[in-house]
Amino acid sequence: MATLDIRDLHVSVDTEDGAKEILRGVDLVVRSGETHAIMGPNGSGKSTLAYSIAGHPKYTVTSGSVTLDGEDVLAMSVDERARAGLFLAMQYPVEVPGVSVANFLRTAKTAVDGEAPKLRTWVKDVNAAMDRVQMAPEFAQRSVNEGFSGGEKKRHEIVQLELLNPKFAILDETDSGLDIDALRVVSEGVNRFTGQGDRGVLLITHYTRILRYIKPDFVHVFVAGRVAEQGGAELAERLEAEGYDRYVQAAKSATTAGA
Amino acid sequence: MTVTETDRVANVANAVETSDRVASHLHPEGSWRVEDHPVPTGLEEIWRFTPLKRLRGLHADAPFGTGSVRTESSAPDGVSVRAVEGAEAADWRGISGFVPTDRASARVFAETAASLVVDVPAEAEPTEPVVLRLSGEGAQTAEAGHVAVRVGAHARVTVVLNHTGSAQLAQVVEFAVGDGAQVTVVTVQDWADDAVHLAQHQARVGRDASLKHVAVSFGGDLVRLNSAVSYAGPGGNAELLGLYFADAGQHLEHRLFVDHNAPHTISNVDYKGALQGRGAHTVWIGDVLIRKVAEGIETYESNRNLVLTDGCRADAVPNLEIETGDIAGAGHAATTGRFDDEQLFYLRSRGIAEDEARRLVVHGFFADIIRRIGVADVEERLLTAVEHELAVNIGLPTASAAGAGADA
Repeated sequence: MATLDIRDLHVSVDTEDGAKEILRGVDLVVRSGETHAIMGPNGSGKSTLAYSIAGHPKYTVTSGSVTLDGEDVLAMSVDERARAGLFLAMQYPVEVPGVSVANFLRTAKTAVDGEAPKLRTWVKDVNAAMDRVQMAPEFAQRSVNEGFSGGEKKRHEIVQLELLNPKFAILDETDSGLDIDALRVVSEGVNRFTGQGDRGVLLITHYTRILRYIKPDFVHVFVAGRVAEQGGAELAERLEAEGYDRYVQAAKSATTAGA
Repeated sequence: MTVTETDRVANVANAVETSDRVASHLHPEGSWRVEDHPVPTGLEEIWRFTPLKRLRGLHADAPFGTGSVRTESSAPDGVSVRAVEGAEAADWRGISGFVPTDRASARVFAETAASLVVDVPAEAEPTEPVVLRLSGEGAQTAEAGHVAVRVGAHARVTVVLNHTGSAQLAQVVEFAVGDGAQVTVVTVQDWADDAVHLAQHQARVGRDASLKHVAVSFGGDLVRLNSAVSYAGPGGNAELLGLYFADAGQHLEHRLFVDHNAPHTISNVDYKGALQGRGAHTVWIGDVLIRKVAEGIETYESNRNLVLTDGCRADAVPNLEIETGDIAGAGHAATTGRFDDEQLFYLRSRGIAEDEARRLVVHGFFADIIRRIGVADVEERLLTAVEHELAVNIGLPTASAAGAGADA
């Protein structure tokens, strides 16, 4: 039983006009076995939350805390966070020319586990994981994400999710840009991951579409850098019908009133 | 990597000139007479990047001694490697069409009696490479050397030149590639820290022949390698690959000249370099001339540099001179960039420690050049050499390196 605990998180980025606060006090607790959907309009800070937890250098945490089973995540380097059990599936996975998928996966697995995987079973595991998301085995010899289509990049993220098998996975708009077949394949991968029973997921999405395939236990509406409302799966249905307008207007008037 | 400069020549119709004469300072008329080549001052376009002081007179009149560079060779059956002198040597000088273009190369011919010659008969296809090992035994005195490689028609061969140790070497290396022959040349400059190496490689590629020329420079205080190619007939293909890694204080200069003097010829220049440490300086000059007769040719040249630390300098100058309007394609690109932070973040977000992530990125950067060499021993050795260079700067624990070395 593990817990990812986010308390009053404030995050800013440097802009030409100085530091700009993006996250303005995020409180969120994700436990093993739970799937949390974070939904919100563009620019509400959803991706900032994902990258801040992963430790991207662009984001500065100004106050608050993130702990994993009581350990201070914010004090860890990017790679230490991954080795502690966090995983970020990125919206725009990065191309790494000249580094083969096979080499990358094995290096990552070795780093996360602290020892090299057994060669014979590992090759089998990689092939099986790729097969489950319908990636041809040839991808193993291609450079990481280089020349991959948008859908192939997302499938590759899911392959990594399954092979590295973290305690908590943050999926940053993994559904964006996917056609319906790819969306199903990717969702099935996430469901296999959560199906283990003791894994946590933070599913960040703009659309309700993916929630037809992945059933969240909790839904959080994210507006203007903080959680505006929380509920169960039924909240997603209401958002699908009503959109984010109501929350955006409320946040605007709150800001105006505050100022 | 951040692209700082790219330039693609898409439509060259406007660039057509009408004169037959090629008047460019980049490829002057050659001459066998030493006195026709004044001692460079450093202000000349072709010398302005080179720190002349560190050449210890090789560009001027440093007397050539003998015995400071030892040569060993291994040749497969049917290939002859031997030293020749006097009149016999004279027959081998200029077999690539080379006429000295600077004082150093003119002096190599004027002031040395011997040549090392490699003769590959027509249609020979030795399975093992010809290996020439030149090891320097001291950088106190200058030495000069001429190597001539003649490959008969339709032969297929690999020639490796290995340079190690300490030396001051002025060198001319010629390749006469017969019609339909397929030749791979790998020249490795793995010198000791005090070596100075001024080299001219010249190749003439026969009709429908192909030459793959790979220049690899890791060691030496100063290495300046001119590699030039021309064609003896249509259909020739030259692939000029290079890989270099400059450490603190090193000057590694690679100058290329492809003379498209025959129609339907192809050239592809692809050099990659990494730099680390204060005063590391690399120079890449890529000159391509497409003469009026050279219709239907195709050329592309590329140079990419990866700057690993502060205090390095990478100069890259691609030049295309086009004198015909009828070409299949011509272009060039030169980029110099730092580590891509997003690549590092991506790798590290998968648990890979920063040093190892950097190592992967640099390996990846060089990998596509190394894979194209096609000589297994050399490829393996270069990967190890890259590893070694990285260990100097990054101090990588060897255990993790071993764990991630090969593909599953």
